[in-house]
Parts: sequence; C-alpha cells; structure tokens
Amino acid sequence: MFFLDPFFYEILISGLLAGVMYALVALGFVLIFKASGIFNFAQGVLALFAALTLVGFQTGQIPFAHLLSLFGLHATHWGAGFPTIVALLFSLGVMVLLAWLIVQIVLKPLVNQEGIILFMATIGLAYVLEGVGDLMWGANVKELNIGLPEGPSEIILDATDMFIDKLEISAAIVAIVLVVSLTLFSQYTKMGRALRAVADDHQAALSVGISLETIWWIVWSVSGLVALVAGVMWGAKSGVQFSLSLIALKALPVLMLGGFTSIPGAIVGGLIIGVGEKLFEFYIGPLIGGATENWFAYMLALLFLLFRPQGLFGEKIIERV
Amino acid sequence: MEEKKKNNTIMEVKDITLRFGGVTAIEGVSFDILEGEVRAIIGPNGAGKSSMLNVINGFYHPQEGEVWFNGQKRGAMKPYQIAYQGIARTFQNIALFKGMSTLDNIMTGRFTHMKSGMISQVFWKGKAEKEEYENREAVEKVIDFLEIQTIRKTEVGKLPYGLQKRVELGRALAAEPKLLLLDEPMAGMNVEEKEDMSRFILDVNEEFGTTVALIEHDMGVVMDIADRVVVMDYGKNIGDGTPKEIVSNQKVIDAYLGVSHD
Amino acid sequence: MFYREAGDFKTSYQSDQATFTLRLDKILFWGLMAIATFVVPFFVTEYWEKSVFLPFFIYSIAALGLNILTGYCGQVSLGTGGFMAVGAYASFKLMTGIPNLDMFLVIMLAGLVTALVGVLFGLPSLRIKGFYLAVATLASQFFLVWLFNKWEWSYNYSPTGQINAPTRDFLGIDVTGPTTAPWATYLFCLGLLFIFAWITRNLVRGHIGRSWMAIRDMDIAAEIIGVNPLVAKLSAFAVSSFFIGVAGALYFSVWLGAAEPTEAFAIDKSFDVLFMIIIGGLGSILGSMIGAAFIILLPIFFKNVLVGYCGIPTDIAEFTQIVFIGALIIFFLIKEPHGIVAYWRTLKEKLRLWPFPY
Repeated sequence: MFFLDPFFYEILISGLLAGVMYALVALGFVLIFKASGIFNFAQGVLALFAALTLVGFQTGQIPFAHLLSLFGLHATHWGAGFPTIVALLFSLGVMVLLAWLIVQIVLKPLVNQEGIILFMATIGLAYVLEGVGDLMWGANVKELNIGLPEGPSEIILDATDMFIDKLEISAAIVAIVLVVSLTLFSQYTKMGRALRAVADDHQAALSVGISLETIWWIVWSVSGLVALVAGVMWGAKSGVQFSLSLIALKALPVLMLGGFTSIPGAIVGGLIIGVGEKLFEFYIGPLIGGATENWFAYMLALLFLLFRPQGLFGEKIIERV
Repeated sequence: MEEKKKNNTIMEVKDITLRFGGVTAIEGVSFDILEGEVRAIIGPNGAGKSSMLNVINGFYHPQEGEVWFNGQKRGAMKPYQIAYQGIARTFQNIALFKGMSTLDNIMTGRFTHMKSGMISQVFWKGKAEKEEYENREAVEKVIDFLEIQTIRKTEVGKLPYGLQKRVELGRALAAEPKLLLLDEPMAGMNVEEKEDMSRFILDVNEEFGTTVALIEHDMGVVMDIADRVVVMDYGKNIGDGTPKEIVSNQKVIDAYLGVSHD
Repeated sequence: MFYREAGDFKTSYQSDQATFTLRLDKILFWGLMAIATFVVPFFVTEYWEKSVFLPFFIYSIAALGLNILTGYCGQVSLGTGGFMAVGAYASFKLMTGIPNLDMFLVIMLAGLVTALVGVLFGLPSLRIKGFYLAVATLASQFFLVWLFNKWEWSYNYSPTGQINAPTRDFLGIDVTGPTTAPWATYLFCLGLLFIFAWITRNLVRGHIGRSWMAIRDMDIAAEIIGVNPLVAKLSAFAVSSFFIGVAGALYFSVWLGAAEPTEAFAIDKSFDVLFMIIIGGLGSILGSMIGAAFIILLPIFFKNVLVGYCGIPTDIAEFTQIVFIGALIIFFLIKEPHGIVAYWRTLKEKLRLWPFPY
C-alpha cells in the first residue's frame, strides 16, 4: 500500500517542509489580524519587498537607480555591498520604517472602518509596494544567498535514500524558533499582553493607556520581521522575483484552515496544506492532468471552512443582536 | 385604561429554557400574550428579556419548551419564515440598513407582501411596477402616521438617534404584523421623545389592533401603556399580571431593589 | 441656474422614483445615447473600436455584474476572471458546436451557463462571510483557470490550448472573426451594455435589489424582515455571474478573437474589475461605468503621455502605473468610499444651486 512506498515518505516530508514555508508567511497575517483585525493582503508583497531590500543592501545596489538614470545618474551600484549581517539589520530597519509609514498613511485614516474596507486598502497597499519595490530595486530575478547550507542532506540521503534539501531543514528550524519566540512573547511579556488587549478591544485598551498607534507600529514591524524571514527563506530557495508575492496567496488557505487568529493554527494549517497539496498532486494529479497545486489548497480550505467557518483553532464568531 | 375585549391567545411560550454553552439565559419561563393587548416584559439588566424576544421571533432556538403562535405549535423555523407568519420587531441597538434611505428602509418592511418574481422585476413595466407603487402607498401611510415625511430620502445613517428609532418602528409597522415586538423602544430618549413613542405605540395598538409585546425599563411608561406585564429576573418568570398587581408583588420589588439572592 | 429644481415637484410615485428625476438629466442622457448610436458609428475607426470602445463597453458590463454582487449585495468576490473564462469558453463551444446560432443567443446562453456555475461557487457564501468569502472565491478563480487549461474538450482539443473565435453574425452582420466592421462590433456591444444597464436599474429599484442591500447592510435584520439569505445571496451570484459571463464571452469572441486562460483570465482581471467598482463607486450603475472607463484609459494615458510624450522607459511607466492605481485605491477608500460617482453627485448638488453657494 502507499505507506509502504518509501517515496511516500519523501513526499510527506517535502510537504511538511513546504508547509512550514507557507506557515512563515501565514504567521505575518495572523499577527496583524490578531492585533488590529486587519486582513493584510499585502503580506506576500511585504516578504518580496523585504527580500529585494536585503539583496539590494547585500549587493550594494543604489535604490531607484533606473529611475535616477532618467536624470543623469548612470550608476547602479555604489560598491560591493554590506556584509550579510549588516544588510539584514538594515533591511529590518527599513521594514520598521515601512511599518510606521503604513500606520500613518493607511491605517490611521481608516481606523473606524469595517474590515472589508481595510482589506481592500491592503490590496491597494500590495500594488503600491510591488510598484515601489520594482522601481527601487528593479524587476529582474535576483539570487539571494545568506550563507545557509544548500543541497541535499548527505546524512539523510545515506541513511534513508531520501532527497531532502538542507535549506528546507534550515527553514523549518528557523520557523519553529520564530513561532516559539512569538508565542512566548505574546503570552509572557508586557508588550505581548498589550498586543492581546488591543486585539480584544480597542476602546478598552485605549482606556488603560495603551496607544493604538504604537501597538500597530510594533505589530506591523514584527510582521515585517516575519516577512523578512519568509522572504529570505523563499528567496534563497527560488530566487527573488515577483512570483514570491504570489506565495502569499497560498498562505490564505493556510489561514482559513488554521484560523485567522491562531499562531499555532498557522503552523498546523501550513503543514496540512503543504502535505495535502503534495500528496494530492502526486497520487491524483496524473489522473487529471497535473498542476493541481494551483488550486488544491483553496478547495481543501474551502471544504474545511464549510464545516468549520472559524478554522481549526480560530475563535468562534457568535453573532449577537 | 379602557377595558379590552378578552381575546384569544395569540402567542404562548411554555417552559422555555435557553442555554448558551454553560450560561442559562432563560429557565422554565411560561407566559402568554393575548390578541390586541400591549404586553410589557420588564426586569433588571441581564434578566433574559432580549433573549426571550429572540426566542419569540425565532432567532434563538430554546433547548427546552414550546412556542405556540396563533394556536399552532412552532416547529423548527428560520427567522425569515417567521416573518411571513406576521411577527415583526425592532432592536435594542437599532438594526436599520445604514446604506439606504428612510423610504427604502421602510419599503424593506413590505418584503413579505411583495411577490413578483425575477423576470417581472427585470422588465419592470407591468407587474413589478404596479406592485412597487401599491406597496409604496402603504409605506407612505406609515410615514404619515409617524410624521417622518421630511426625512424620506435621507440616508438613515445620517439621522439622529431618536429619528432612527422611529424609522425602525416604521419598518416593523410596514409589515402589517399581527404581533409587534419592541426591544426597548424608548432607550436613549428624552421625555418628549418618549411621549411621542408611547403615543405611536398606543395608536398602533388601538387603530390597527396590532398586538404589542415590548421590553421596557421605564416603569412610568409601563404603567401608562401596558395592559399586562411579565417580570423576569435571572432568567426566570417572577411576576405576571396587570401593572398594578406586579408593582405590589414582593418578589418584583426585591428584584429591583437588589435584595441578594441565595 | 440651468440645473433648476425649484418648482420641480413630483406628483406621482412614478415620477418620484424615475431614473432621471430632473428633465435636464433625461435630455442629456438620451442626447448622449443618440450621438453614440447614430453619429459615432460613422466615424469609429478600428483603433478606437479595439482600444477604447469595446473594452469600455465590455468591462462596464463586467463591472455592473461585480457591483451587483459586491456593491449591492456586499459579497466580495475575487473570482471575476474565472467567471469571464466560463463565459468565453461557453461561447466558444456554442459558436463551434452550433454554427448557425445568432451571436445574441450565443452571448445570452454563455451568460446563462456562467450563472449556473456562479450559483455553484456562490454556495459557500451561505456559511462564510466577508473577506473569508473573498478568499473562498479565489478557489473558483484558480480552479477555473486550471480547468480551461487542462480540459481538452473545452478548447476543442487544439494543440495550442488556445481558443479562436470563428466568424459569426448578429442578424446577418458579422460581429466576430477577422471580417468584422468596427461600427458593427461597436453597436453590438453598445446595445448589450444598454440592455444590461437597464436590467441592473430595474433589479435594484425593486424588492429584489432591496433584499440584496439589506443583506449587505445587516444580514440578521434582513432575515427578520423576511429575506431568505439563501435566495438573496444566490440570486446575486446568479445575476452577477450572468453579467460577467456575458462580458467574458464578448471579451473573447468580439474583442480579442483568441484567448488562452492563464493570460486572459488570470487573477489580475479579478482585481481590475474590483478596482473599477471601488474607484467608480460601489452600488452605482454610473459608477461601474466610470470605473471601467478609468481603469481602461489609465494604461493608455500612461503609455501615450509618459512613454510617448515624456520618453520614459516602458517598464518604469508600468511600475509607476501600478503604484498609482494602488495609491488611488487607498485614497478612495479613505476619502470617498463611494467612489468617483460621489464626486459627480456632489458636483450635481452644487450645480443645482449655482450660482448660489448654498
């Protein structure tokens, strides 16, 4: 039967690792949704933007070089770039600054609007970031290398004949570390408590002196950090290009499965989607033409939602009149 | 108060128990509503009054007990089906359609009276148009009755609170219901507005013979307009009778004065 | 001074609820229609037909459809591209399967097929709301594009996977295929837009339209006044999908002539139409058309002015356009969620009082 087939396990693990990568992106969504009730459609583009910025700093690109060339500046690089650690810190700084801009320009003016308006605003934001990212760093595919181990893991290959990429293992470790630290942060620190208070009730949080603006800035910055990590992981795997932002679209079914407000849900959802997708494509895909990974995740999440509209770990929505 | 002709029971709830997870909102409550009367439901906050109203109009389904309307036991029905039976209501926190005008909101109240199908609606001229203007006439009568002609085309989101409550009443009246449920219709109103609202409620009851069940906190209003009163506290029925009777009921006095319960 | 309303009292419900409450409005509209129908066809060139008028008419129909679902009924859908594909492929199968079928019937039947598919994919809306539903509609978008890539019957087993529109006619005049005259396609699409705008107008002013808006504004209260949410939501999906299917059929058969699913009906189409109704005005017929015009003319403007006139390289112009659209969406959502049409209404208000300030 299929579980005696060694290839099944390779697909399973490959699926789990892919799922972890999805979960990384989904995590950013959950953070923002938990703290501000906003469904950030731009999360994927944030990851792309973060990755572009990192590569830009690493390789010493001049931002907006192409645009500036219209005004006479014909250089594209100012030097050999920063060392990786410095570039990472600078990129994080850019994401924090970006978070502040987003809070001031987009979130503050829309503070009392319904979720659907904010959602559409994040679609607009996604377009803006995509365009700005392209204008700043150029739209060509870039290689991202921060020194993570690559290639199939020899140890595992020798022991079990399974082809498992070291990069994906690193991604899994990073993701687990991130999730654990975020969960600890949210449960046990003062700031984490403040975030949870804001998520529960804006008015009440305000009345005990928590500044909404600051909280949003912090949340979007943390989300930016998560986006940076996700962008780095995905970028190292398949290069930094526009299709990276489409990965975010894949994170949506992850959220639907796991629940929009649950950090562990993002992981579990990611794993289920990652494994489900790969298995379905491998076993059933050939019967119906293949390339089912384009839509299977959505169908799975959709079916799931019909039976449990709040997802696995999400909060049940009780409507009161 | 004039003597009302003793009529049939239009609605009866028997042994209703309603739970939300671990919380029991209503426990073993029974009472009836007679046709043509004004029945008040009163009690301290959290007594289960709004939940009771939600049970009556089918929004909540009690775990135990029965609801009888017009002599028939109510089976599992969705709220929109119950609307067709002739029950209309207003809400504590105003449930108007904020994106529509006053006129359109009250026109929605006529929904159960409008039958033309999709095809007639697409072609408009003929059946659909005729039905629209017939119902528009009925709605204009309600608008005249409630004296809100000047705000006909105003988007309801822009109206002050008191007027919104009146429009909501209009929407419920437009349905020409047999039973009208009002959830704290006077909430947030000043004395003058309360007098107006009381007058409207009494007019509706006397002119159109509509049975009214209302939740109300203002005892003065209750004494003035209610024929009979049900008192609820902690989900139970602790008093049932005319306003005079329940005002001298010791259990009711205790509930309002906050005598501690064991 | 010209836009007077003093003394313009309505004496019947009919005149009160008429589409054009001001006589001047009515005259302007019918005047415009007369010019569009009897004058423009004599002058329209293929460039204007293919680059401006046809996309405007076709996207207006799609925008009307999405507005019915999202603007009037409040159900956000990101599946517009996929549904346009259904309309296109349905029309293709009809054109190739029944060669003598008049194009008007082809288009209507294609719309009908799409309506049925729309109802099917609309079923989740009974359990799922808001942006959860928007994400669920992505399932239909990705699935449908995949379907028309893989399902060989749908493109008549062509090895390229592309569908091509054969020459077909409406009342004897060619409207599809390479032999069409610009005025013929122009009038065909204009006529269809007129019909669909008229249908929209009639649906939203009656109780069906009100039931949609009630669901949008507060679905619990809607239920309590007697609206069956299932019927209301699915009827919105059905009508909306009908419109979008018609638009998709026209898009392929009359305008493009050939199509391939990943390029022609991808998710960016869904966003385009959504942006049209946000910018133009949610819940407005005029707004749908203004939004369609805006989104269609914007790339032309960017190309002709920025690239052609200012000499800016194409890719920078493209990126700037993306930023501009995104920023505009955010701007409208903050400043005027009711879209351009709200500015139009404010302008009319001012005109009514002109030259007095208030």
